[in-house]
Amino acid sequence: MRKSSEVVVLGIETTAHTFGVGIFSNKRGLLANINDSYIPPEGGIHPREAAEHHASVAHEVLAKALSTAGLSIQDISAIAASFGPGLGPCLRVGCSVARALAAYFEKPLVPVNHCVAHIEIARYLLKVKDPLVVYVSGGNTIIAAYSDGRYRVFGETLDIALGNCLDVFAREIGLNFPGPPILEKYAEKGKRYIELPYVVKGQDLSLSGLLTKGLELASGGVPLEDLCFSFVETAYDMVVEVTERALAHTRKKVVVLTGGVARSKLLQRKLKEMCSSHSVEFKTVPKEYAGDNGGMIAYTGYLCIKHDITVPIEKSYIKPRWRLDEVDVPWFDEQ
Amino acid sequence: MKSMYHGSTNNEEVLSWGAEAIIVKTAFMELPAVKKIRVPKSYRCRELDISLRKRRTLLEAKLMFYSIKNGVPTPVVYFIDLVNTTIVMEYIEGKLLKEVISGKDLSSVAVFLEKSGYYTGLLHEAGIVHGDLTTSNIMIREPAGDITFIDFGLGAFSKDYEDQSVDLHLFLRSLESTHYSIAYEAFKHFIKGYSKARGENIAKKIQSKIKEIRMRGRYVSERKRKYEE
Repeated sequence: MRKSSEVVVLGIETTAHTFGVGIFSNKRGLLANINDSYIPPEGGIHPREAAEHHASVAHEVLAKALSTAGLSIQDISAIAASFGPGLGPCLRVGCSVARALAAYFEKPLVPVNHCVAHIEIARYLLKVKDPLVVYVSGGNTIIAAYSDGRYRVFGETLDIALGNCLDVFAREIGLNFPGPPILEKYAEKGKRYIELPYVVKGQDLSLSGLLTKGLELASGGVPLEDLCFSFVETAYDMVVEVTERALAHTRKKVVVLTGGVARSKLLQRKLKEMCSSHSVEFKTVPKEYAGDNGGMIAYTGYLCIKHDITVPIEKSYIKPRWRLDEVDVPWFDEQ
Repeated sequence: MKSMYHGSTNNEEVLSWGAEAIIVKTAFMELPAVKKIRVPKSYRCRELDISLRKRRTLLEAKLMFYSIKNGVPTPVVYFIDLVNTTIVMEYIEGKLLKEVISGKDLSSVAVFLEKSGYYTGLLHEAGIVHGDLTTSNIMIREPAGDITFIDFGLGAFSKDYEDQSVDLHLFLRSLESTHYSIAYEAFKHFIKGYSKARGENIAKKIQSKIKEIRMRGRYVSERKRKYEE
């Protein structure tokens, strides 16, 4: 049961391979975080197949989240969903569910930016006020920090995302999904460093050349361990270098790592080392909230509703290309 | 630590501690000098770290050398120490363009902007792009008022219009972010100088490229309308 003055937000994550439902209460914190990811039997994520997966598990995930929280849908104050950025077909499923719930049960509908949610959940769980954020996942590679009302992008990938690069490389050389842990396991046994394209352009990085060259060498009989070692070292070193550049520019005192690839032990170690050389604190978001999850959407939905950020159902279009730096974050100084 | 290439090691002073390098004021053969030291990065794979630092040090020194050779003033390179990935160069007495512009009336600084544009044009004619062309990387020498370009750490040899436009675009961005009220007028003066060095036709081409760059990902709103009706 919801107490009086309690605000409970149900959040739906639906941007890519994960359909997730989280529930956040301003009195009791995160009450549920149930996620179901689509893992294709072979190849990469086909947006339509992922969308079909979401549609088929939506009911179950929703029911499980509510029962975990011990609430009924009547107890929910608002429905939030990730409106973008992401894959159109996937966004359409989650947002349809959100619209249906909002319309039928007469709850306000809250549009949440997926990237903002990754940052907010990290700040909330790690109790960090004003970090430089390293957000690395299958779809995004962004170095961001707050300035003048929004999260500004101080560095990002010019082409593919870090997680995408590592996943595709692992898959094409015959290893399993997800890429980072298995590549790092092989990398530990690698001895020889093979020079690969290292592309840092100003504050940004580019990973597509690395992927192409890596795959080319893989088919040319280079020892797998050496190749994995060189591949992950090169990829992570680029990310750490652009982070260091952003750090020198913004002079923030804390660096926070978030997103699916935040689980990487090697990347954590490298960032930590870079941070300590600048006497800056380093923190990583807990595993459960590193990848895409409903909890972060619910929490960010709560921050939005506090500032009356809602959308009428007839205008609730999805935003597949919704950038992080287009979103005002009026709640920034409040926590 | 005493080494062969400076006259004295007693009066060294760290001027700045950047992401990639430390800038130290020192002396070289009794001349006031600056050392740019690319420090090892312990987080980086060792072989990669050494190779990157060497490559970047050498490239930067080459870019400065060829700039001067083509009539574009930069600090003179005195010494390159590849083992310690260090460039020893001339110490420039002067102010950053950023400091010179700020708070001033446009008419009093127009000449510096035009000169900056002119020398950027010469740089591009010579097949060099600066890579980080902001108002913090152009200096005005004192007392003569000559222009000097500094920090070629992100530069490259390129005759590509795209790369050249990126240089100009970055300069415009730096005007917008720190000198907003005069940014567009100031950029006009810069372009005037640039056209003198490159000719009207090329300058026009570059300007339309800048517009194109603005339409890409990061600079949003016009482009977004195309995709989202």
